[in-house]
Amino acid sequence: MTSNGKPKFAMYWAASCGGCEIAVLNIHEKILDVDANFEVVFWPVAMDAKYKDVEAMEDGSILLTLFNGAIRNDENEHIAKLLRQKSKILVAFGSCANEGCVPALANLSPVKDLMDTVYTTVSTENPENLRPQPTTTVPEGELYIPTMYPIVRTLDQVVDVDYYMPGCPPESHQIAAVIDLVIQVLQGKAQLPPKGTVIGAGGSTVCDECKRKRDVKHIKEFKRIQHVMIDPELCILEQGVICSGSATRSGCGALCPAAGSPCIGCYGPAEGALDFGARLMTAVSSVIDSNKPEEIERILDGIPDPAGMFYRFNMAGSLLRASRPAWDKK
Amino acid sequence: MSEKIGVYVCHCGTNIAGTVDVEDVAKWAAEQLKHRGVVIARDYKFMCSSLGQELIQKDIQELGLTRVVVAACSPHLHERTFRTACKNAGLNPYLCELVSIREQCSWIHADKVVGTEKSKAILSGGVERVIWHEALEPLRVPIHPATLVVGGGIAGIQAALEIADAGFPVIMVEREPSIGGHMAQFDKTFPTLDCSACILTPKMVDVGNHPNIKLLSWAEVTKVDGYVGNFQVVVKQKARCVVTELCTGCGICVEKCPKKVVDDVFEAGLGKRKAIYTPFPQAVPKYPVLDRENCTYFIKGTCKACEKFCPTGAIDFNQKDEYLQFDVGQIILATGWELFDVRRIPQYGYGRLPNVLTSLEFERLSNAAGPTGGKIVMKDGVTAPKSVGIVHCVGSRDKNYNAYCSSICCMQSLKFAHLVHERTGAEVHNFYIDIRTPSKGYEEFYQRLLEEGTHFVRGKVADITNSVRLPGEEGKLVIQVEDTLIGKQRRIPVDMVILSAGLEPRHDTKEVARLFGLSCSADGWMIERHPKLDPVATMTDGIMIAGCLQGPKDIPASVAQGAAAAARVVGKIQQKEISIEPVRATVNQDKCSGCRICNNLCPFNAILYHEDRMVSEVNPALCQGCGTCVAACPAGAITGTGFSNEQVLAQIEGLLMLNVKRMETIPA
Repeated sequence: MTSNGKPKFAMYWAASCGGCEIAVLNIHEKILDVDANFEVVFWPVAMDAKYKDVEAMEDGSILLTLFNGAIRNDENEHIAKLLRQKSKILVAFGSCANEGCVPALANLSPVKDLMDTVYTTVSTENPENLRPQPTTTVPEGELYIPTMYPIVRTLDQVVDVDYYMPGCPPESHQIAAVIDLVIQVLQGKAQLPPKGTVIGAGGSTVCDECKRKRDVKHIKEFKRIQHVMIDPELCILEQGVICSGSATRSGCGALCPAAGSPCIGCYGPAEGALDFGARLMTAVSSVIDSNKPEEIERILDGIPDPAGMFYRFNMAGSLLRASRPAWDKK
Repeated sequence: MSEKIGVYVCHCGTNIAGTVDVEDVAKWAAEQLKHRGVVIARDYKFMCSSLGQELIQKDIQELGLTRVVVAACSPHLHERTFRTACKNAGLNPYLCELVSIREQCSWIHADKVVGTEKSKAILSGGVERVIWHEALEPLRVPIHPATLVVGGGIAGIQAALEIADAGFPVIMVEREPSIGGHMAQFDKTFPTLDCSACILTPKMVDVGNHPNIKLLSWAEVTKVDGYVGNFQVVVKQKARCVVTELCTGCGICVEKCPKKVVDDVFEAGLGKRKAIYTPFPQAVPKYPVLDRENCTYFIKGTCKACEKFCPTGAIDFNQKDEYLQFDVGQIILATGWELFDVRRIPQYGYGRLPNVLTSLEFERLSNAAGPTGGKIVMKDGVTAPKSVGIVHCVGSRDKNYNAYCSSICCMQSLKFAHLVHERTGAEVHNFYIDIRTPSKGYEEFYQRLLEEGTHFVRGKVADITNSVRLPGEEGKLVIQVEDTLIGKQRRIPVDMVILSAGLEPRHDTKEVARLFGLSCSADGWMIERHPKLDPVATMTDGIMIAGCLQGPKDIPASVAQGAAAAARVVGKIQQKEISIEPVRATVNQDKCSGCRICNNLCPFNAILYHEDRMVSEVNPALCQGCGTCVAACPAGAITGTGFSNEQVLAQIEGLLMLNVKRMETIPA
């Protein structure tokens, strides 16, 4: 408890885009409840704070930390470990912290390739072919920038995590509900779920929340969304556009399919499913309606980027986690 | 870890102990896997012996083991043995795991260090897996007494008669208009020179008349569902354009039909048949088949001679293909073989040189009921050959075509030599690589041929040509061969050449295998459950194979296999019900979102979709535990007993030894 008697709240972004932060602010006036019930001690996007202030706190003195972003470099890891030490409840918040999300697609390439792509493409002005160095000496002294790790990791591959809140970003109504729950717990009106629970999401898949009509599936051709007019009634997968809804955890309310766009899987694997991409791949390949190897090859060619398609969110959280070249230390 | 695990490592004599330090493996398990629940680890000379089994049973009773892992041979061999041993000691049999350190380890490695370390990993995987095992009860299902026999050659005929004579119903499906198979095309059988038709046709008649046999010729199986004891099969009865209930088999329609067609099937292209025909006079069933592709009425819209002359009005041009459904308990496949296409060896001149014949063509040529009435003549139809060359191993024992020995060609070639001799007095040269005469009476037949004066030239024929190089070759077929016994090239001019072509799997064997859920070897023959101890069963319970589809064989062997398959079938029918593995898939109704991905994947149609609740469900009576839906379910809502995600992943972790040394998995 702090001077004002309110429990402490923290939020941090590691390797992420910032969408999770916006989603939190998107709960509108509910944010006032957060302020009424918590003392916000550390939230880089919203207020000024220094790492050394956090380091000075007592262990376990922060009640709730929402940690978004994946672990891409040594700074991410340092703060993850720090916040773990200082927090009673650490929540892996959003897809990056849960399963790596888009940053983890970089796990298919070695760091050198990533750097080369960023610093030597035709649109980059870099005549001396410079690369960022971990330390740089300037007249004022030494400057440090974080060192990139060979692969992106999820939060729980680095520290112990209490709860998981999926989504890219988590839906605002789900965030509001979770905040409500924590407040009720503080007031003694509710109990926390068991450690390790996925919160702010359902236990089934997006199909469960999807209103579209579904039938048995026979797929003769995969099409990309820009090449078809999506029928407003029928299951999107049955129309030949890969929809990840059948493999994706429910909780969003099937927003994308309702808007005529396939689910891209941002809520991660369903309860108990270990490898999102493997699950979706076996499912999608199972409904290909052909027994002829050449025809199957042709149908599969309709998926131009399988890794990006099936592992867009779950690469770091998958069973393999990264490709071999990324693992190899060089 | 609350489980008490017993580990048993088998020496299998020197089969395992020769390349694996089994004592070390057992000692290692006792020490290194102790923290995973291993309370005892033993090695023993033969775990499958009654003493070995007693060892396990004693430990279950005295140490209160809750799980058993046996590291020995493949589960195909002894899984049942060890499960039964556990059951007899009061432990649920499905809490026992057999890991193979013989087939998957000792037999494929020569280095003892490698073998020992790999055995430890395999064993470690088994220990991690068995922790997740659940106690299961086998399911009892009734067995349908009817049997489907596919293929009406001699193997299928034998099987059908044995089962029908035992008092059980048989449905026989034959693709051609008549049963009889290849045996019906032969004149004589080796080595006794029995008349083939004389010994075959009584059996064909028995099939046709048997009250327990429903014979569907001109028919094909198109769909197979279900599982042992309860198959549902769909048979396509191709339209014959003859109403069998009215047809008396008088043959007037055949006689009156004005259209003649080359008979590529029964007469091997040497003779002709009518557009409406029975392939041969003793055909069973007796009803003819109208070949629509060649029938004048179907081509030009007029003729109808058959209909006009049929005394019973049995011709029906509007007949359609019919799909008939049957329930059967078991299936015997006896779909036979096809002749190697000798055109694939162009240097032998078949198709280009008129007097080069295939073995099947010679069978028809020498057949008393064949196109020449059994007269062995050249393509002009009158001249008897004065010299004949018979080439063995055409398309067999040749890495360019088929590596295997077709088993019957030596004896067939000797038979041909004898018939040529007997009927024409011609000089006969047999060109062979090795003479193989291993069965009863075969070697004696070979000796008889040697005494008859047939020449035997040991060497593989290089070329058969009509281009003349030496005097005396004019108008002849010249066989160019290296005689390996005298070490010289020879050119032997003859009038006629018979290519003793090998046996090949039927061109559609792979599709048939897929239809029935079986598998084929690299050569294309269907695979039996065990090459020595279970030659007629397959890996699919309730489906047997008999005859040449399993591999080349002669008539006695085909008959023996047909009878053996029948014995297996009858034995099962008499049990009335059978227990089947309780390995089943189940859908977690809370997790299922009703996406319907799994719905049309199930090969056994066991998945039901509930429209009202929008969930899918697996019918345990139909499910065979194949795991297709388990793999396909994107939500992970389907699990298979015995093959749960936990079990498989735990086994992988065990194989990777993550249970003993937590590997540094994160490079950073």
